[in-house]
Amino acid sequence: MSALRETRIVFNRAMRLSLRNPAWVIIGLTQPVLYLALFGPLLRKMTQVPGFPPGTWWQVFVPGLLIQLGLFGALFVGFGLIAEWRSGVIEQMRVTPASRTALLVGRVLRDVVVLVVQAAVLVLVAVIFGMRVPVGGVLLAFILVALLGAACSSASYAVALITKSEDALAPLLNTIAVPVMLLSGIMLPMSLAPHWLRTVSEINPFSHIVDGIRALFRGHFSSADSMWGIAVAAIIVLLGITFGARTFQRESA
Amino acid sequence: MTENVISARGLARTYKTRKGPVEAVRGVDLEIREREIVGFLGPNGAGKTTTLRMLTTLIAPTAGEATVAGCDLRKDPVGVRRRIGYVAQGGSSAPEATIGEELVDHGMLYGMSRADATASGKRLIEQLDLNGLWDRQTKALSGGQRRRLDVAMGLVHGARMIFLDEPTTGLDPQARANLWEHIARLRDQLDSTVFITTHYLEEADALCDRILIIDNGEIVAAGTPEELKRRVSGDVVTLTVAHEGQAADAAAVAKGLSSDGEPEITGVTVRFRVTSGAEVLPRLLRELDGVGVSLAGVEVHRPTLDDVFLTLTGRTLREEAA
Repeated sequence: MSALRETRIVFNRAMRLSLRNPAWVIIGLTQPVLYLALFGPLLRKMTQVPGFPPGTWWQVFVPGLLIQLGLFGALFVGFGLIAEWRSGVIEQMRVTPASRTALLVGRVLRDVVVLVVQAAVLVLVAVIFGMRVPVGGVLLAFILVALLGAACSSASYAVALITKSEDALAPLLNTIAVPVMLLSGIMLPMSLAPHWLRTVSEINPFSHIVDGIRALFRGHFSSADSMWGIAVAAIIVLLGITFGARTFQRESA
Repeated sequence: MTENVISARGLARTYKTRKGPVEAVRGVDLEIREREIVGFLGPNGAGKTTTLRMLTTLIAPTAGEATVAGCDLRKDPVGVRRRIGYVAQGGSSAPEATIGEELVDHGMLYGMSRADATASGKRLIEQLDLNGLWDRQTKALSGGQRRRLDVAMGLVHGARMIFLDEPTTGLDPQARANLWEHIARLRDQLDSTVFITTHYLEEADALCDRILIIDNGEIVAAGTPEELKRRVSGDVVTLTVAHEGQAADAAAVAKGLSSDGEPEITGVTVRFRVTSGAEVLPRLLRELDGVGVSLAGVEVHRPTLDDVFLTLTGRTLREEAA
């Protein structure tokens, strides 16, 4: 199918250009590693606090960092797209007969690959520090992170293509990302939250993905939490890709 | 062969804005034949780029019909895309990518194999004087080189109908003249049809077989550069006679040939307009000789497209471009 071939061409090109400047991939990774090293130790004693979820602090904290990595890493890919749009690359691709969805998905797949590599490095560092989690749980968690990342990067591209302005994109993304992050219990589990805050966080789909990954890290593959996480991630990725693809198909894009 | 590569009827595009609809293009009719270089000339905001973007399927017309390279613009935009090459106004390459990568990726998005795209790309960089730059990152290219890369990208899949949107904007005169040569070669050597938008009159004059002038979203004139110049104001012939006494005799002869009323006498000079200076000149000289007027000089001023544009729109293009 030609759309698959076109997706591969766009993916290869995007990957090649990313690897030419691996500094950004590394910079994107330093933040979660810093959190792991500098913030994580504060949580060690938190496990004794009543209401702290089951499992070691690693199993609670590292899933949060994975989501943070996925959320922030992928939400900000739109900036790169604005640069591409400004240099005429987007239009140059749009005059070819290539499928518009392929132009989006090729880029999203690149972001997903970068993200999963970053997630793997993060988990590896945590393991070196002493984390012990089931391998199956980690692999499933990577799939969730990949889905989340695909949704966020697709949405980010769509918003970038609509606004076409870094000045508009930055505050817009922060307005979305910060409350979503706070309400998903990334830093501290929402089980510590007062009732009202917990209710609000349950509306936030990302909190279910965090809970899902935490369950997977404990090895509870078929628990309600992990099922919810997988279901929510699947829905989010569908919504994100649909939004992105529709925007890429619009002529003004 | 004089088949139409583009024919458009009533092509129009209205934008919805908060202040109400804006008619960017109000019904353009076009006929472009094979192997023609057609210039689309107009000030900024006249509708040039909107028309070009409609013809290249980047935006859909809000009214009208068009066939481009044998495909219906509305029913088969993908077919149109396959058969046309497009060189955008603002460049088309990523700064980090190399010339080779850009050409091959672009060719492959047109369905070419990697080998075919590479062969075609290498041939083009040679034709466009970019030899040895295959592995150079595009950010390291000069403005003229980058523009030629844009042209190469528009040609890589072998389209015979090429659209160029203000290809020489921002280039120095030497790079511009060089690009003109390459564009002329597209037609002369590759039998391509070229549609080029510009707001440089000298560019349209130097390069194009035919010019369409667009203003306020409508085509206000069409023809060869020569036809347009002739139609608008004619050539101005200025005679300088040897003695002031002969000026009246010269004027009498001139009046018989003038396309625009009474010749104007100032001292030893007589100025008058004719439709075509080149055609009138031999007869003028013969007749002046016949009545015994001796000339100190004769000058024919061909109107420029500047004059044409001024006459048609009441404005000069340069004011608009500034």
